[in-house]
Amino acid sequence: MKRPPSPAARLFRAFTLKEFRHIFRDKRTLLVLLGMPVVQIVLFGFAITTEAREARVVLLSPSPGAAERRVTDRLLSSDYFELSAVASSPSAVERALRRGEADVALVFEPAFDERLARDGKARVQLVVDATNPGLAAQFSGHASAIIAAAAVELAGGAPPPLAAETRLLHNPGMKAAYNFVPGVAGFILMLVCAMMTSVSIVREKENGTMDMLLVSPARPWMIIAAKLVPYFTLSCVNLATILLLSVGVLGVPVAGSPGGVVAVSLLFILVSLSIGIFVSTVARDQVVAMLVSGMVLMMPVVLLSGLIFPVENMPPLLEWLSRLIPARWYIAAMKKIMIEGAPLHLVTGEILALAATGAALLLLGLKKFNDRVT
Amino acid sequence: MNMATVEIDGIVKRFGTVEALRGVSLSVSRGELFGLIGPDGAGKSTLLRVLATLLPADGGKARVEGMDVEKEYRQIRPRVGYMPARFSLYPDLTVEENLQLFATVFHATVEENYALVREIYEHLLPFKKRRAAALSGGMKQKLALCCALIHAPSVLFLDEPTTGVDPVSREEFWRVLGALKRRGITILVSTPYMDEARLCDRVALVRAGRFLDTGTPTEIVERHGRMIWAARGHDMPALLADLRAHPFVESCFAFGDWHHATPSPGASLARLREAMEALGHREVEIRETPPCIEDCFIRFASCQA
Amino acid sequence: MDNAITTESLTKRFGTFTAVDRLTIEVKRGEIFGFLGANGAGKTTAMRVLCGLSKPTSGRAIVAGHDVAARPDSVKRRIGYMSQRFSLYGELKVWENIRLYAGIYGTPSARIKERSDALLRELDFEEGRDKLVRDLPPGWKQKLAFSVAIFHEPEIVFLDEPTGGVDPVTRRQFWELIYRTAGRGITVFVTTHYMDEAEYCDRVSIMVDGRIAALDSPRALKERLRVATVDDAFKMLARGDASPLYTNN
Repeated sequence: MKRPPSPAARLFRAFTLKEFRHIFRDKRTLLVLLGMPVVQIVLFGFAITTEAREARVVLLSPSPGAAERRVTDRLLSSDYFELSAVASSPSAVERALRRGEADVALVFEPAFDERLARDGKARVQLVVDATNPGLAAQFSGHASAIIAAAAVELAGGAPPPLAAETRLLHNPGMKAAYNFVPGVAGFILMLVCAMMTSVSIVREKENGTMDMLLVSPARPWMIIAAKLVPYFTLSCVNLATILLLSVGVLGVPVAGSPGGVVAVSLLFILVSLSIGIFVSTVARDQVVAMLVSGMVLMMPVVLLSGLIFPVENMPPLLEWLSRLIPARWYIAAMKKIMIEGAPLHLVTGEILALAATGAALLLLGLKKFNDRVT
Repeated sequence: MNMATVEIDGIVKRFGTVEALRGVSLSVSRGELFGLIGPDGAGKSTLLRVLATLLPADGGKARVEGMDVEKEYRQIRPRVGYMPARFSLYPDLTVEENLQLFATVFHATVEENYALVREIYEHLLPFKKRRAAALSGGMKQKLALCCALIHAPSVLFLDEPTTGVDPVSREEFWRVLGALKRRGITILVSTPYMDEARLCDRVALVRAGRFLDTGTPTEIVERHGRMIWAARGHDMPALLADLRAHPFVESCFAFGDWHHATPSPGASLARLREAMEALGHREVEIRETPPCIEDCFIRFASCQA
Repeated sequence: MDNAITTESLTKRFGTFTAVDRLTIEVKRGEIFGFLGANGAGKTTAMRVLCGLSKPTSGRAIVAGHDVAARPDSVKRRIGYMSQRFSLYGELKVWENIRLYAGIYGTPSARIKERSDALLRELDFEEGRDKLVRDLPPGWKQKLAFSVAIFHEPEIVFLDEPTGGVDPVTRRQFWELIYRTAGRGITVFVTTHYMDEAEYCDRVSIMVDGRIAALDSPRALKERLRVATVDDAFKMLARGDASPLYTNN
């Protein structure tokens, strides 16, 4: 026999239904919320593929010879370099680089072959346009490795006494895509959970509907909990979109356990939701809620979480500040699991940091959200 | 045995340095239709919010249905229907959905209490699938009243339900309040329209956080204690100025198509008319009339100030 | 031309809904014109069109000598507007608000000082000059907003429910301000839900469902409908108990 639902359950269902209606009737916002992850992933992905293009090489070869050609061929036959021009003088090299016609210059010293044959060593110079430092590092890394390999070959196979071997782990193609996926996920989940939740609670305060609910027997925690359900759902949809797009379209493999990725993301969603509740208790109107979640929460997420600037390169003060940002821990954990394939126990620190922040904010938010308006 | 449904004793409420309520006391009996009459900023909304248990008072005691608003607010809430001054329903939900939601919030259903709202809700039936945002002002008020009523409260607190509403819809609204009163619901309603006082059983004239007077409209008019001279002529603005300047007139205000003058002691109506005609006023009519609530408000307010 | 406002079959539609239906009225210069109507009868829409804030769907309106559809900016320069929702900046002081509005209408700064002194003297509010507007009692805010709306000496001032919620004494002081303004030759076009205030107007129109159902002096209106007050006349017309006394064409 089916028992009729208790009044509390009925109430909770009614509230949840109402929240979903709010969301589905605001078509524009819904479109933005669902479309944003797609647009961000595609945009970032597009930016990366144009960025990870081949380097255009300008070659200066005053006295071409067999050894020289072997080095050049080896470089140009790789996926990363293509010949754009052959310069006749050092000033022509400089001009090509300055005009942006080439990214890398390969400059052989005069009589390269002769010196190599006579002295057993000769010099080749690599000039890289460092306007884009990330790319420059990538190009010079690849080029050095290729030239080193060519040198070994020229030396007749005998390995040099000491040579650093560079192997690009986790990201052999050096595709930046790997780094931005966790960043975009962190940003979007934070936006949907924290910003939308806080705005939707504050809207009720502003419209006076919160008063109508508060004078009823409904308990505040129930009003809040019902708000979390749709935004939690929406976040899950967004998370799925991000993961599917990055795996399917960008071809970023999930190195670690997919379960771990989902578990950490769900934890982060809960943390973001508690941030949203907390903001709503502080903000008086929707504008303040937007500003607080936009400026106070989003900006640090973008700047300090490692989405744009790597946390490792930050000055100590900023690095320390970034520890206060939940998204930083989420992004770090995601990078470890998704890209490095680390098992869950290696991200215990991050998980603990997230859980602690979430619990603290939730308690604070519920305590402040009393059932009287003063 | 005390039958008061609402009892207020010396309620004080401050917002920063502003004293919104300066110690007001009141007792409303079961089934009474009580009006809080006064301009914006008088403290009407604050008092209703204290009674609706939304706002803790800074001093004094208030009881609703015998329960303390401070300590027993949770038990009070299911008994009370509150309608804030501003439209406070969900604009993106339909008429039907709003009503359904507020029924559920109070653990009630629309079906069990439909009889209570039927008369009002029937006007809304043609629009029940329409979003609340798209309703006209009068319709919004009706829906808000339905939502405040749907859990069958025993007390209604209505904050300026007729502000900004045209005279026809206002009259209709008061008719509905009369019907609810007959069902035994105690109603405390605030309004800035002084002429609505006559539609209440008793009223309190509210100004600057205090009650100027409390009683039935008749009692209040009696307490005013004086007759008013109503005057009119062909040039009303000039007549107003001349009446004010005359020693027979203590004070004079425009009241629709008449001017209401409070005569000085010993003044003669006939001689005032002659004086006005001597000043060139034509078609002068002056007659004695009992004061209305607005006259009383003006007089009591000037005494307070 | 002696009319402050002339409209001919002025119509405003939103989709299939006709908010203002062939409005044809004339408002004389220096007149206090009461623009009455039930909620949703189209008053606010009509007022917005007359102020040049909204384009008419068809018909013509000449306000202060200019066509509202063709030259809304010329209209706006010659009118003042005060809405039921208080329109001064609460965070600014009284004199700062006056100066701001004077500046918006291009009053020369030399004149602003002298004129704002005169304004405050007329309101008997000289001590309030340095107060923040948000700290003023509601009645004062309303009177000040009105004075600011006519600071640039417009030809017509539009008042949208200017006395809503104002206490009885201030409400009357407000109407005395209106009288003084009309006495200076400024046309006053006012909406209100206080029917006693309708009696103070030179002429009133009563709008029902987008159309003018009556347009007359309060006295003539009451005589024609054989009622005691404009309130009664309004209710008869709005409920449809009396057939319209005014036809547009």
